[in-house]
Amino acid sequence: MNLQKSTLNAVFTYTLVVVAFVVAQGLIKSGNISSTLRGQLAPICAYIVMAVSLNLTVGILGELSLGHAGFMSVGAFSGVVACVSLANVIPLEPLRLVVGMLVGASCASAVGFFIGIPVLRLGGDYLAIVTLACGEIIKNLVTCMYVGMDSHGLHFSFLTSASALQLEKGGKVIINGPMGIAGIPKLSTFTMGFMLVMFTLFIVMNLVNSRAGRAIMALRDNRIAAESVGIPVTKYKLMAFVTSAALAGAAGALYAMNFSTVVATKFNFNTSILILVYVVLGGLGNIWGSVVAAAVLTVLPEMLRGFNDYRMLVYAVVLIIVMIVTNNARFKAIPTRLKKRLRGASNV
Amino acid sequence: MLAALLRFNFLGGLYMSFLSHLISGVSLGSIYAIIALGYTMVYGIAKMLNFAHGDVIMVGAYVCFFAVSRYDMPVIPSVLLAVAACTALGVFIERLAYKPLRSAPSLAVLITAIGMSYFLQNSAQLLWTSNPKVFSSVVGNGSVKFFDGRLSISYNVIVTVLACIIIMSVLTWFTGRTKMGKAMRACSEDKDAAQLMGINVNATISMTFAIGSALAAVAGVLLCSVYPTLMPTTGSMPGIKAFTAAVFGGIGSIPGALLGGTLLGVIEIFAKAYISTQLSDAIVFLVLIIVLLVKPAGLLGKQVQEKV
Repeated sequence: MNLQKSTLNAVFTYTLVVVAFVVAQGLIKSGNISSTLRGQLAPICAYIVMAVSLNLTVGILGELSLGHAGFMSVGAFSGVVACVSLANVIPLEPLRLVVGMLVGASCASAVGFFIGIPVLRLGGDYLAIVTLACGEIIKNLVTCMYVGMDSHGLHFSFLTSASALQLEKGGKVIINGPMGIAGIPKLSTFTMGFMLVMFTLFIVMNLVNSRAGRAIMALRDNRIAAESVGIPVTKYKLMAFVTSAALAGAAGALYAMNFSTVVATKFNFNTSILILVYVVLGGLGNIWGSVVAAAVLTVLPEMLRGFNDYRMLVYAVVLIIVMIVTNNARFKAIPTRLKKRLRGASNV
Repeated sequence: MLAALLRFNFLGGLYMSFLSHLISGVSLGSIYAIIALGYTMVYGIAKMLNFAHGDVIMVGAYVCFFAVSRYDMPVIPSVLLAVAACTALGVFIERLAYKPLRSAPSLAVLITAIGMSYFLQNSAQLLWTSNPKVFSSVVGNGSVKFFDGRLSISYNVIVTVLACIIIMSVLTWFTGRTKMGKAMRACSEDKDAAQLMGINVNATISMTFAIGSALAAVAGVLLCSVYPTLMPTTGSMPGIKAFTAAVFGGIGSIPGALLGGTLLGVIEIFAKAYISTQLSDAIVFLVLIIVLLVKPAGLLGKQVQEKV
């Protein structure tokens, strides 16, 4: 059998995730897993999806986005609103979660589209700072938002208070401004998370290995050269950016529905950076690397108690060291020099 | 007659509150401008966004805080100590993290800078805990009254604006007249050509970081004198906003930093006063996005054509 390298890579990635899922299920069944870690399983899946989708922007498209948590926030809040308001329409819980994730993904992709059209005209550091600004704007706007529901349907209010929603008796406040959402139905399960991860991998890997994916990577490697052979820059940049935003939205919905309360400030700059750390440590452009990095870096602090205080410090140091080692000419030359020396030794 | 007088008083009140908002906006803007100078000089020369700059501000404020409150040092030596500490820190960061990446792609440098910012924040958290410290103003809390006490300008504001003006004038003289300043401008124009002319590019870049970080210390002390809560994350938001100001005014341009900083400070205070406190940050960032889209090089920046 003569498989292509990309096919092998894809098969390896899928197998990796499936094996990890089966092992985790085995551990749950045999009771060999701590309760805190068990509660972390669905968020880990959400983080994996976040990392893979950010890798699409940073690794494949080559534009640094520092506002990825903003899309997660949009997905989380819209997804929860959808799930709460559809509670009577769709009684089946997994289906309701899927609908919630779809709503989250479509809202996040809409936001990504409207942010992307103007913002992707910029490049490099400017794009990074503008995505950061967009993330902060989203956080700010969600903090000022009030949404409630009664028999007339959904009520929205902005910058006021929950009483301005004018709900009738028996109505329910869903998003309560700075207090966020409380009493979220816990719909997320590990299995649903696993399915979302598989779906994300399917989308991202097929996109990367398609004609569009090659165009996106060509833009990353040399925008001017790609433009000169007739690749439409805006179209492909938007394609990658919006896909990434949509997946982040779905992950946000999954993430929110694992906790009983969610506030907008949870999805701040720090969360964006955390996901960036996963992507960088997993390897820019390396999909299965992001999966492994997100999973390991979420599980590891749970395993090492007392290490938690130093976690972010260690992340920061590792981030710097990885960047210097992989980008400095002197460090880059080490493997070749070692190889030469080893070969020289074997020849003698 | 009485009605007219009342009306005048009412309008006078509005006018006074406008004036006092304007003054506090200019004061905040001066702080942004001082921080923005650090960004703009480093960006001009090293072509990198020094994300850790905001956290150098925080370190400067902590050094000054401990010097004053724990070791009972007088104000001026403690500020000088903070300046010295930040200068050393800035040069150290540059040598350790940024110098090995001189020829690396900008994405790698940016991620390293973010890592550095995180490193500083988390070290500060471990060293000094995340409990907020109450910073007492270095110039005291008094104020000067105008118009029969209807308008008061605090010493903080006066010192901040004066410091900003002095720093701007000195820097303009420095980059325009001195040998080192000329070397800096040469490096920002073309590093290779500068090297061929016998300019020590590495030393010039280190010097830029030193100046930027020294200014960050001053900004930290001034910032915490006006907003007295000091935490490990104190520097990050003003840092980002000052970068916004630098971009707004045109990155790489010193008058641009002054203009952008002042405008941004005034916009922020007016947004807080007349629109919404909660949305002021969103409004500031919206301004950044609009400016970048309409005038990508900023108000006073030069548009550079991309060469193939």
